[in-house]
Amino acid sequence: MAKKTPAINSSSTADIAFLLLCYFLMTTTMGSHFGLSRRLPPMPDPNQKVEDQKVNRRNIIVVKINSADRILAGTDAIDVSQLKDKIKEFLSNPANDPNLPEKEVKEIEGYSKGTYPVSKGVISLQNDRGTSYQAYIAVQNELVKAVNELRDEFSMREFGKVYSYLDEDQQKIVRDCIPQNISEAEPKDVGKRR
Amino acid sequence: MSRFKKGGKKEMPGITSSSLSDIVFMLLFFFMVTTQMRETEQKVKVTTPEASEVVKLERKDLNSYINIGSPTLQYQGQYGTDARIQLNDAFRTTDDIRDFIAAERDALSEADRQLMTVSIRADQDVRMGIVTDVKQELRRCSALKIMYSARKPAK
Repeated sequence: MAKKTPAINSSSTADIAFLLLCYFLMTTTMGSHFGLSRRLPPMPDPNQKVEDQKVNRRNIIVVKINSADRILAGTDAIDVSQLKDKIKEFLSNPANDPNLPEKEVKEIEGYSKGTYPVSKGVISLQNDRGTSYQAYIAVQNELVKAVNELRDEFSMREFGKVYSYLDEDQQKIVRDCIPQNISEAEPKDVGKRR
Repeated sequence: MSRFKKGGKKEMPGITSSSLSDIVFMLLFFFMVTTQMRETEQKVKVTTPEASEVVKLERKDLNSYINIGSPTLQYQGQYGTDARIQLNDAFRTTDDIRDFIAAERDALSEADRQLMTVSIRADQDVRMGIVTDVKQELRRCSALKIMYSARKPAK
């Protein structure tokens, strides 16, 4: 008769697993990384002649943040909370105001109606060296929020869903119709704080 | 005649601990999957600003970090409290960003180089001056895809 093999004592595997667990708890971090994505403009070629960029004045809104974190949008000083509505009005130009950006009827690939009057508006963001990073991000956030809300409104009108629930092709159409044109201007030194 | 035997000392059956290891292993796998290795030691204090419109970063492996903030307490004696740049594991200046970007770019495969993202993790109290310097340097190195690290506001 074959001898029965004695069961291996497995009570210590729990301890080993605990040790491993503790090791991973100590050396790793939870993966959650969020942020505002941006694309920087390429550095201008020094040999190239500075071309006068002919951008119609009505198509550009300058948002300035000074070293005391005050905001100037266009011609008036406003609070961060008002910025979003101002940008939305600027980009959508619902009443076709001659002082707000013009629209260019563009053919959008895949769009059921073929063409859409795309706003030519550009937001130019200028900051001071003394601006706090918090204020800068707050302004950036408001700008993105304005564009996102316009996109949501457009998607609701066209597809009956908010932007984030659309599929990739539809999202591209929305992005083409409502572009996010935020230009971060060359840094200027206006009034040093330190 | 009694049907049920009574009396005699009953022994408490030992609780089987064989499933304990399975439970712990499950925990272990959960943490292994959901977490990532902590890459560097934080030498600057970074509290990212809040922003509601943040997007999630898709490819973490294509990301390099530039930390900007005032040095943590243990380094303040050596470096002061002024905002500084930390690349990888050491304090650096804007001049070192070029080498840093080149090294990070070399570490990626040919196809991924276009997609490289530089994440600027700056403290909410730093001034824009140093961030602007970093941005200008990044433009010079043509690392144009950037991300301003921010966190979702607590609801």
